[in-house]
Amino acid sequence: MDVTLARDWMRSAAALIAADVDRLTRLDSEIGDGDHGVNLNRGFTAVLAALDKTPPETVSEVLVKSGTTLMSRVGGASGPLYGSALRAAGKALPATPEVQPSDLVAALHAGLEAVRKLGGAAPGDKTLIDAYVPALDAFEQAVAGGADLAGAAGAAARAARAGAEATIPLQARKGRASYLGERSIGHQDPGAASTSLIFQALAEVA
Amino acid sequence: MKKFINDPADVVAQALAGLAAAHPELRVDTEEQYIARADAPRPGKVGLVSGGGSGHEPLHGGFVGPGMLDAACPGEVFTSPVPDQILAATKAVDGGAGVVHIVKNYTGDVMNFQLAAELATDEGISVETVLVDDDVAVEDSTWTAGRRGTGATLLVEKIAGARAEEGGKLGEVAALGREVNAASGSFAYALTAVTTPAAGRPGFDLPADEIEAGVGIHGEPGRRREKLRPAKQLVRSALDAILDAKSFPGPVIVLANGLGGTPLIELYLVYGEVAAYLAERGVPIARQLVGNYVTSLDMAGMSLTLCQATDEMIRLWDAPVRTPGLRWGA
Repeated sequence: MDVTLARDWMRSAAALIAADVDRLTRLDSEIGDGDHGVNLNRGFTAVLAALDKTPPETVSEVLVKSGTTLMSRVGGASGPLYGSALRAAGKALPATPEVQPSDLVAALHAGLEAVRKLGGAAPGDKTLIDAYVPALDAFEQAVAGGADLAGAAGAAARAARAGAEATIPLQARKGRASYLGERSIGHQDPGAASTSLIFQALAEVA
Repeated sequence: MKKFINDPADVVAQALAGLAAAHPELRVDTEEQYIARADAPRPGKVGLVSGGGSGHEPLHGGFVGPGMLDAACPGEVFTSPVPDQILAATKAVDGGAGVVHIVKNYTGDVMNFQLAAELATDEGISVETVLVDDDVAVEDSTWTAGRRGTGATLLVEKIAGARAEEGGKLGEVAALGREVNAASGSFAYALTAVTTPAAGRPGFDLPADEIEAGVGIHGEPGRRREKLRPAKQLVRSALDAILDAKSFPGPVIVLANGLGGTPLIELYLVYGEVAAYLAERGVPIARQLVGNYVTSLDMAGMSLTLCQATDEMIRLWDAPVRTPGLRWGA
């Protein structure tokens, strides 16, 4: 992945989120307060503006700048979670113009670690982790099996989507949906849904 | 959706501009999005900063002023403020004696305030956090994110604010805030769903004869759905839930709070039932407050909060306060 591809990834993520604002909002209305789509859309719009204003020179810089922008513009739980994941992933990358799929495996692990540290959620809690963990596993296995970036990103996107759908029967134990208790069962977690879009965005440009 | 707005994206910024115009005694920073006392920072005084999503007015911006908060940072509607914003508010009110963050226990609020506290500490400001989690509708277990912070936030801000105003030290003000929180319990009912400007339609469908029991303040559904019953029965159920969750030998401070769309005539009726039932249960009332203070946009509904008050808490509750949303003795 080079810096252009990294920027395309963020552009693609912004476009997918913008196209799915209503679906994310509807998912959030069912078990939260109905603004997940709007908040992420506001954040990624700001990300694109920030990347255009001072174009980064490395993949690492793209991710760190995107994460910092999300943290300072989104608020709620998604701002710190998505923001710190991208920042941590960016910081884990070498400061070279191009990075290898194996570097991205390490970066995605660092991003997951940041989310876990901040949110304290585990798989099965009905959070974005339930899309992130299977996506990372699939990405890592594909890279270990010799896949190129496109192949690994495609596997990750499929796993993230399945992971997001698998949150439907779960009872939320973290975040605002947890206050609904058993009533959170039967609805897809909006955070897992948007996380799946971010992996899909990578697959579309890789 | 019918609302007095221009564009859903600009509601918070434009409301802040209006607040600034209506209250020249406050300093409203529309760039960094915070509201501060005009005389902040006051050297040697512990600063109190609260914040959270917009849509809960007068909480928190309406409680900025002598005797209560030094600053408030409103996020987007029902979305917590961002760390930069909280840091700006914290720096604006630090008079060298440190700053207390009053945070409601919602995941987003907790994370953003935690990041802001780390940033402030890096800049040499001492920060103590008081986490408010008074909502007894949520079981406090490892299976949830803990109990939500709701009506007791007002009591924490008022009582800790009065202590800071009379010169309390950082650790002391924060400890008092935690004590008020620990002594408080709340329970809420919703008669209608809310319509956020961003979503443009009600958050959930509620048949005319049903209500949501155990709601928070973000328009989300509650713990369960029930049939509408007379106010007397609802008040008794809510108070039973609170009295069962914590010990209230009395005297208590009572907050009968509207969620934004309930008229005062109903809130006073509710308070009458509260007073009667607490008398029946042998819980003496020391002080009471009735009105729309911790709201959830246009939700018709009400929350009840009881705080097992010490003499010191009652003295500080009575202390002068001068804010847009709460004002007495000054």
